[in-house]
Amino acid sequence: MAARRRIEAKPNGAEAAAHSPARLPQVFADWFARRGWQPRPHQLALLDTALTRRSTLLIAPTGAGKTLAGFLPSLVALSAAKRAKKGAGLRVLYISPLKALAADVARNLETPIAEMGLKIRTETRTGDTTVAKKARQRSHPPHILLTTPEQVALLISHPDAYYLFADLDTIILDELHALAASKRGDLLALGIARLRQFAPDVMTIGLSATVARPTELRAYLAAQTMPETQLELADLITVEGGAKPDIKILNAAADIPWSGHTARYAMREVYDAIRSSRLALIFVNTRMQAEYVFQELWRGNDDNLPIGLHHGSLDAAQRKKVEAAMAAGTLRAVVATSTLDLGIDWGDIDLVIHIGAPKGASRLLQRIGRANHRLDEPSRALLVPGNRFEVLECRAALQAAEAGAQDAMLSRTGALDVLAQHILGMACHAPFHPNDLFAEVRAALPYAGLTRTLFDRTIDFVSTGGYALRAYERFAKLRPDIDGRLRISNAKVAQQYRLNAGTIVDTPMLKVRLISGKRGAKISALQGGRVLGEVDESFVEQMPPRATFVFAGEVLRFEGLRETEVYVSRATASDPMIPSYGGGRFPMSTHLAERVRLMLSDPSSWSALPDEVAGWLELQGQQSILPGASDVLIESFPRQGRHFMVVYPFEGRLAHQTLAMLLTRRMDRAGLEPLGFVANDYALSIWCRGDIQAAIAADRVNLGQLFEQDMLGDDLDAWLAESSLMKRTFRHAAVIAGLIERRHPGKVKSGRQVTMSTDLIYDVLRRHDPGHLLLEAAWADAATGMLDIARLGEFLARIRGRIRHQPLTCVSPLSVPVLLEIGREKVYGQAQDSILRDAADILIREASGA
Amino acid sequence: MSSLRPERFNLNDARDQPVSICGKAFRAHMSGALYWPAEKALIVSDLHLEKGSHFAARGQMLPPYDTRETLRKLADVIDTYDAATVIALGDSLHDARAAERIDGADLATLRILQDDREWIWVTGNHDPMIAPILGGTVLPSLSVEGIRLCHEPSIGAVTHEIAGHLHPAARLVVHGTSLRRPCFVGNGLRLVMPAFGAFAGGLNILDTAFEPLFGCDGMAVWMLGQEGLYPVATRLLRED
Repeated sequence: MAARRRIEAKPNGAEAAAHSPARLPQVFADWFARRGWQPRPHQLALLDTALTRRSTLLIAPTGAGKTLAGFLPSLVALSAAKRAKKGAGLRVLYISPLKALAADVARNLETPIAEMGLKIRTETRTGDTTVAKKARQRSHPPHILLTTPEQVALLISHPDAYYLFADLDTIILDELHALAASKRGDLLALGIARLRQFAPDVMTIGLSATVARPTELRAYLAAQTMPETQLELADLITVEGGAKPDIKILNAAADIPWSGHTARYAMREVYDAIRSSRLALIFVNTRMQAEYVFQELWRGNDDNLPIGLHHGSLDAAQRKKVEAAMAAGTLRAVVATSTLDLGIDWGDIDLVIHIGAPKGASRLLQRIGRANHRLDEPSRALLVPGNRFEVLECRAALQAAEAGAQDAMLSRTGALDVLAQHILGMACHAPFHPNDLFAEVRAALPYAGLTRTLFDRTIDFVSTGGYALRAYERFAKLRPDIDGRLRISNAKVAQQYRLNAGTIVDTPMLKVRLISGKRGAKISALQGGRVLGEVDESFVEQMPPRATFVFAGEVLRFEGLRETEVYVSRATASDPMIPSYGGGRFPMSTHLAERVRLMLSDPSSWSALPDEVAGWLELQGQQSILPGASDVLIESFPRQGRHFMVVYPFEGRLAHQTLAMLLTRRMDRAGLEPLGFVANDYALSIWCRGDIQAAIAADRVNLGQLFEQDMLGDDLDAWLAESSLMKRTFRHAAVIAGLIERRHPGKVKSGRQVTMSTDLIYDVLRRHDPGHLLLEAAWADAATGMLDIARLGEFLARIRGRIRHQPLTCVSPLSVPVLLEIGREKVYGQAQDSILRDAADILIREASGA
Repeated sequence: MSSLRPERFNLNDARDQPVSICGKAFRAHMSGALYWPAEKALIVSDLHLEKGSHFAARGQMLPPYDTRETLRKLADVIDTYDAATVIALGDSLHDARAAERIDGADLATLRILQDDREWIWVTGNHDPMIAPILGGTVLPSLSVEGIRLCHEPSIGAVTHEIAGHLHPAARLVVHGTSLRRPCFVGNGLRLVMPAFGAFAGGLNILDTAFEPLFGCDGMAVWMLGQEGLYPVATRLLRED
């Protein structure tokens, strides 16, 4: 594989030798010289801080030689005289969010090590590493081990982990910005806290792209020794961004549509842009869009340009082929989702095309960074808005990029399900005293604020399930010894732990297999052929037999399901149904939303917009009013015998869905008989049987009260209790916390059975133990994740006393996009009974001969 | 097949639906219980009491409230019909030692339910023996008015039988949304009851296990909802 994560420094002469190379051993200085390079200032600066053994965060844009900088102190230390071994001799642990990245960095470390003739052994350890090699690595580790957070969790849970890590002196955390604020980040932080127990002098080096608040990452890297009083920070080295990116918004000949995300109207121009570049990377927001855009490009591919497709559902072998072709320079364009967001550098990309709005300023910069890995040349990017609102959002993203602004990362409180998993892992390693483990855990930033009560409840959960009804003491997994230390009650507990570790809980995925054999034959008679990739179960569930869909860039026909595999044949349908993958849709960031609101409220800024978009906004100004920068606009109008209310919060789809759900409950109580709602990233609309306008005019409905913040109390609780979303969240927490077991290959238990049983557990827990730790954990997840409650709360606080209601006699121009989504979006929390009722109605009609 | 047609539809109040088995009138309830008005008898199947603690003993700490929840649901439906007799159609206990683990408060609830009414435990494969501490009369099967009540459904095209054991569940897809729920499944001549236990899972009725009972067609299906019991057209059903 010719993928490259370049390990490079600056060419000689580009910079005066301001830094004395004295810190650099001769063999390194010679190597730099031989390559015609000069060590960069930040690479030397990191050598300096390493001498003080202080942990350090290095923030640098792509192409700044970040990886070499991170490893340089370790390579220098390892090249020096041998040190007496206390343990197995593992000195450096490199942790990356992607196993592909770990493998890539390992390959690229080989070059400097070989060229300098250093006696340093490096190895990777991922889920793909053989069992035999993994076992050997624990007793005879390399000097440098490159791995993932999950492997770290497993390694430290073994009884011999102390021996393995006793010599550790550096932990390098790559792409830290992508890892820190997540459950994986929580698990890793706990793991590092434990590594510090094994090797008290260990230093961490974090490598990150530019972020809005580096302080959080600096604190993540440091041990929080006094969590109550003081925030410990790692040192910071920042490399200023190189050349400003050159971003343009595509101006297509055709009119920009009102809604949708496919950007079909602009495909001709996108194709032209590909034709005039060397290698274009085309980013989209969802897998479905990827398949669609890929099809559209090939439809008009008159020059037969080699265009590839890359997304997470595709088979690994297929993806590798595309990656290799990119690196070899045989492709002209690749359509990709976030799978190509991070650090791996597969080829000489000179243009990034972003289809649909980028949703966040940081995401845009990260993606644009894929084009051109040289610091001093600008990256070229082309934004292609899918609809009129996305034009505004693209504009906002462009302004943010020009100003170098970033989205703030969410500071997070460590998840309790992850803590539960870690506690069990630590018990598997060795008996521990709760006092010691509590202090250790609080040294990890996400858990610095953890109370002793909550910690003890989590231990209780791990041991006996933590139920108010103390029924399981005799089955406890953790038992105290005479000194009050907790140890696992039997070896089976450790086995269970190792099978269930990790924080990634995927929806069950089914393999898509191309069949050979007669089409339309009985499924049992079909011969299995090549695997094309995986789709999630919910997609297959909805597929009628013989349906056609686009996957892996081909039109396929669904032939049937055999065990856990979807059998498909090649089809030639011209209008296939398209996979509707759930994942990959991020809501618009708060930062971009603010810029969009500002732009809308300031007509003088519209001159930069395409004519039809500026005209659309002017029309809105004439027929209604424009949303202000700090208030919220609500429009009401009758339409087709129903009464509509449209709200424009610009807070992202997730927060809007939650808001719409809660407003609907309140409007129902107010007797307005709401019938449905729809939400997108910019607005939401609710329609009712009752006349909202009249109710507001007669003061029977008070908008201030309708939007009162207390909706986040009882209304939210009542709605959440029944929502399928909450059940899904609960299932994730239950798997991570070890309450239910993960599925494993070979174990015949379908994903639906798991879903089924966690739903039952959820219902029973809510009724009989509503204060249970896992319900608390699931609630916290839902609040920060799919419901975006934090953001909704901020919105409700911001608009208090700032609601502007505009009664209208008909649809306003601004409301058209959200109204067009009606019937397209499926809404969460729809009562299951309405589905059953519909099914029963069908039977009734048939029975009565209708 | 006219006997397959549910006799009354009232979807606004669908908490129970009429079901006929060999001409006898029953009411199937959304909780998964079956009431026999002529006998004032309530029939439930597969309670699987203490399934939670059974898992806990093996290291998986499922909530210890399934017995409590199952008995609460049972108490509700007993009250609804003011049943004079309760017949549990086997697998009432999840395993042979379940009675030893049952919580004192839950046992008391059970004894209160048994006051003033006849209580029959039909034995099943999970509970070939019922500990005396659980009260009631223990029978391998029984026959009432020519209808055989037993745990495992007999193989073949038998009639006059109400059984459990298989935990029937149905999956349907309407408007692109998939839903899987426990269900009653019958053909007017025999009936298989859904599992009543709070932690009992379900087996899709399109599974081969149901084939010898009903053949390929001729099934009538009532799915359990949150607010009611719903008769469902079999052509809407899907395999898992």
